Amino acid sequence: MNKIELHAILPEVFAQRTDIHSDVWQQEVCFERGHLYLVEADSGTGKSSLCSYIIGYRHDYRGTIEFDGKNISELKVKGWVDVRKYSLSHLFQELRLFPELTAYENVEIKNKLTGFKTCEQITAWFEMLGIVDKMNAKVGRMSFGQQQRVAMIRALVQPFDFILADEPISHLDDTNSHIMGEIMMTEAKAQGAGVIVTSIGKHIDLNYEKTYRL
Amino acid sequence: MKLVWKLLRQHISLAQFAGFFFANLFGMVIVLLGFQFYHDIIPVFTQGDSFMKNDYLVISKKISTAGTLSGRSNTFTAGEIIKLKDQEFTKKVGKFTSSEYKVHGTMGVNGTEALNTDMFFESVPDGFVDASLKDWTYSEGSHEVPIILPRSYINMYNFGFAQSRSLPKISDGLVGMIDFVIFINGNGHHDELKGKVIGFSNRLNTILVPQSFMDWSNGYYASGEVSDPTRMIVEVKNPADEKIDQYFQKNSYETEDNLDSSKTTWFLRIVVSIVMVIGLVISVLSFYILMLSIYLLVQKNSSKLENLLLIGYSPGKVAMPYQLLTVGLNVIVLIIALIILFFVRCYYMDMIALLFPQMEDGTMMPSFIVGVILFVLVTLMNQLAIRHKVMSIWKRKE
Repeated sequence: MNKIELHAILPEVFAQRTDIHSDVWQQEVCFERGHLYLVEADSGTGKSSLCSYIIGYRHDYRGTIEFDGKNISELKVKGWVDVRKYSLSHLFQELRLFPELTAYENVEIKNKLTGFKTCEQITAWFEMLGIVDKMNAKVGRMSFGQQQRVAMIRALVQPFDFILADEPISHLDDTNSHIMGEIMMTEAKAQGAGVIVTSIGKHIDLNYEKTYRL
Repeated sequence: MKLVWKLLRQHISLAQFAGFFFANLFGMVIVLLGFQFYHDIIPVFTQGDSFMKNDYLVISKKISTAGTLSGRSNTFTAGEIIKLKDQEFTKKVGKFTSSEYKVHGTMGVNGTEALNTDMFFESVPDGFVDASLKDWTYSEGSHEVPIILPRSYINMYNFGFAQSRSLPKISDGLVGMIDFVIFINGNGHHDELKGKVIGFSNRLNTILVPQSFMDWSNGYYASGEVSDPTRMIVEVKNPADEKIDQYFQKNSYETEDNLDSSKTTWFLRIVVSIVMVIGLVISVLSFYILMLSIYLLVQKNSSKLENLLLIGYSPGKVAMPYQLLTVGLNVIVLIIALIILFFVRCYYMDMIALLFPQMEDGTMMPSFIVGVILFVLVTLMNQLAIRHKVMSIWKRKE
């Protein structure tokens, strides 16, 4: 996948509003592979909705979203499974980790789909993010900041053309945010992927090529 | 798969699955047992008579003291036969033809003479005898005559004679061991023929020969005149039809026992059907229990399922643990049901064998097939329901 295009999309819930001044809603937006984007937003402006639309979780919007010129509303079950497995990685704002599993198992359950990374590579990330001692602890017992780091690792153990990081560092200190940004960018560069980061203020310090205000 | 299972087995309620397991097991056992029992017991009633179909009735006129004294004939006149043919319940009517000459027979087994008697032959039209045509033909001048004997003869031999003389007992498969020599006198001819016993009948109390032999021999050894028949064979549409009884009573005809057995068969069939329906109802209810607990499980784990779908698991992969769970449960139920059936069957087959020694051992194949069919059906519906449930999470219909 080389391009994600948004054609005049607007959440259904905003349909009645006339006071929308946004760089994304009802605009033409194109995310390209290999580039770095920041989507800035105030809370309640539909940032997570945007992510849900792109990942195919929700469809309550007007306008069209296209992957490489193909309308995503035409994607069937298998199409979406393949997109999520091979093309589009998503770090959910609400993380969507499994509290019953350990941190490592949470990553492994994703890695098993494609067998993309080795155990050593995953362990190295845990080390870099300073949570290697928590690898075998249940995620349910970890702090939100720690969980965010696990979720980031999980988002990286798959092949992707785009990574969609929804508020990745909301609960992290600057050092860890910095490490996380580096890991993400290294992996994205290695894969030649596009990066879309969203934030409601605090964002990873990176060389964003383009910033959209939602 | 292991991790997915670790996740999705959360909230599994053992009590619910035990409930399903036992309910399904009872249902399955009842259905299979009913079916198997029916298959095992039905030959007792219809048994052995490969030569005569169930819906054949043999009728004769009542022999009363008054009739005998007054010399009234107990033969069927041509008019009576036509009337019988015209009845609604009748499909086909055949006459019994008796031999009009003297017959002397010697029956032995393995060279030992067992029976030596004056006797007679009877025949019915070949269409009423269900033996293969090759066995049941007589060509003129041949010295071998096919014969069907009443089963009571062989019982008499097996339990009375063979026992006391330590001779081998004869089963259906060993009819060839019987030496049957026939001497016929009449019309100036004296001949020795060989009788070839091709089987035994429970339902014909006569020594039956092919119609072709009867026609030829009556012409050869007797004058060829044939007297009116004393017995008729009737094929009816439904042996349980009460009109048959009414008509026979009105005309003072008697049937030879087999009407009762077909009625018994009919009632047995009804009783077994009721039992099987009850079993099926239990099975259906157990199916609902399983579906409910799976639905509940999917509901309780719906956020996990949704997360799995969002990180790239396909609905098929997510549904698989629950599908395998139901398949596993169903397989175990089927196996245990068949094992229970096996032991119960051993128990009642012993009793049946005691009561009806000549009965052949059936197999468990019929109920095995029914069990497998039930299993496939139930499992298939389980799979579809689970798949449907997971798809509804995919589509966020909850």
